[in-house]
Amino acid sequence: MSKKSRISWLLIAPLLALVVAGFILPIGYTMVKAVKNPEVTAALPRTVMVLDAWNGQGMPPDSAWDALADDIEESRRGREFGAMTRRLNFEMNGARSVLMQTRRALGSLEPPYAQSLPVTVPELATPEIWQLIKNNSNPFTASFLLRAVDLQFTPDGRIEAVPPGTAIFLDLFKRTFWISIWVTVICVVLAYPTAYYISSLSNRAASYAMLLVLVPFWTSILVRTTAWFILLQREGPINAGLQAAQITSEPLQLIFTRFAVYVAMVHVLLPFQILPLYSVMKRQGTSMLRAAASLGAPPWRQFLLVYLPLTMPGVAAGAVIVFMLSVGFYVTPALVGGLQDQMISYYIAFFTNQSINFGMVAALSLLLLVFTGALILIARRFVPGLGSLKAG
Amino acid sequence: MTRIFVTVFAWAVLFFLVAPLLVIFPLSFSSGEILTLPVPGYSLRWYEDFFLTERWLDATKNSFIVGIATMIIATVLGTTAAYGINLTNFRGKTVVLALLSLPMVVPLIVTAASMYLAFSVVGLANSLWGLIVAHTIIATPYVLITVLASLQTFDPNLMRGALSLGARPVTAFREVVLPLIMPGVAAGAIFAFATSFDELVIAIFITSPGEFTLPRQMFAGLREFISPTITAAAVIMILLSFILLFISEAVRRRGERLTAGKVKQ
Repeated sequence: MSKKSRISWLLIAPLLALVVAGFILPIGYTMVKAVKNPEVTAALPRTVMVLDAWNGQGMPPDSAWDALADDIEESRRGREFGAMTRRLNFEMNGARSVLMQTRRALGSLEPPYAQSLPVTVPELATPEIWQLIKNNSNPFTASFLLRAVDLQFTPDGRIEAVPPGTAIFLDLFKRTFWISIWVTVICVVLAYPTAYYISSLSNRAASYAMLLVLVPFWTSILVRTTAWFILLQREGPINAGLQAAQITSEPLQLIFTRFAVYVAMVHVLLPFQILPLYSVMKRQGTSMLRAAASLGAPPWRQFLLVYLPLTMPGVAAGAVIVFMLSVGFYVTPALVGGLQDQMISYYIAFFTNQSINFGMVAALSLLLLVFTGALILIARRFVPGLGSLKAG
Repeated sequence: MTRIFVTVFAWAVLFFLVAPLLVIFPLSFSSGEILTLPVPGYSLRWYEDFFLTERWLDATKNSFIVGIATMIIATVLGTTAAYGINLTNFRGKTVVLALLSLPMVVPLIVTAASMYLAFSVVGLANSLWGLIVAHTIIATPYVLITVLASLQTFDPNLMRGALSLGARPVTAFREVVLPLIMPGVAAGAIFAFATSFDELVIAIFITSPGEFTLPRQMFAGLREFISPTITAAAVIMILLSFILLFISEAVRRRGERLTAGKVKQ
């Protein structure tokens, strides 16, 4: 390595270290969490060992009961027990209460537990719960990733679709995709004539008009969403205006609807589409249009065959940014949308902050990341230089 | 005909962009508690509430602490890294660049959730330091972009000249390189501050009430009960973005003049 490249590396090292430690490692950690399965082995080490020798058919050997009793006795005060019951309940509804019952019953029962336990906790006398423990003694699992696409393991280890009532994630991905597509399309349709108009103004007028784009662009997303949150309220200015103008007699339900999500998201993301379009159009100018006109092309041909292809890079650059930002959008739909209008990001936040299930957080994040990554790879074929910095 | 249509359409879109922001202003000066127009009367009670409530003041203070710390760290790290990247064509340059720009491409919600999970393990969650680290990471790509762009117009012979005249490298960088790339550095710094000041998603994940920033406090307010104090907070944030926009435009103009001057020479 030459002396100069050593200096290069030395100068880059602090930032690189920060990004690796604070960003790459956390993302990697999360991705690994999507397939990790440590809870059962941590809380029930002896049971897992005994069940390891069991073939999963019929009932496990009697020693499994004593091992389970020992394990629960040992972990009853620790956090492991709670984590394990939550983990198993995720796989099989009701597993948590069976294990809680077992823990309660153990206080007053005497060994051998294979005889005494089934009397108080009849659910333990069926193979399902034992199969469940055995299946989840593996340190890795595909459960979370499967659940993120509405699939699950049966107690005997097959993969099946989750019951229709609980299947939400495929719809969620579809909804995220379609909302993002529509937001992008609306942004392009609104931005194109606007950017064209501004680029046709004199420099001075254009810079004033651009101010109307830049001020919202620099205003925080939350402030802009707040504005819509207030505007769309039942007693808010829009409903007040509609009633005052006697267009409607009753206030309309505007907030917490899909309509609100579209309006607010388009408002927030529109500058990202106008800015690249404007810069392309400004550079392009109208000389090509005039050339086409002088050669006798009618206006629609000038536009379709000359201007549109020349400004396509601006459309593509903006659309890719708008789409990518929409796919991961959280704040705006969370505030102005109803439960039926939420996207993947809402569930990532939900599983982090409300229903604590980090496996699902990780699995949904992984899928969203793969989705965005695939999108960038496709987009890069059309928009060169996207997604990476250009230097030198 | 088409021309008229395009003009009307464009102004309608521009109106759509600006009007919602303008509506907040009269609402924030309302004397009533219901957020609607026309307002019953004008008063400063919501601003009073903002400046007399500890929650809002603490949140504002936290936002400035995190924003300024992020700006300083991101600008220093981003500028040195950009200079290093620009210095030579070392092996692995494209990989390094891709790696450093990743925080811009990864969906913010994924970044936020991952940081929450990992930062909890090392005790960085629920601390202003954790938020500063997180904001620095998402803000430095902007510093890199602006500084790399201004380094492209920088003539490396100037640095060589300074070194051959006996200046120490650090002095030469400070006295020769830095003044010339200053517009890029300043633009990056402003962007870093704005990124941190506006950021909400990571703040939702890794702060608890003691470390709430201004956007986080607003978000909490919108979720609980909506008090018009939020409109006062929003106006304050809009004015701040206005100031930042103004500074960044001034910096950009200065930068354009600098490069234009260079071309003339």
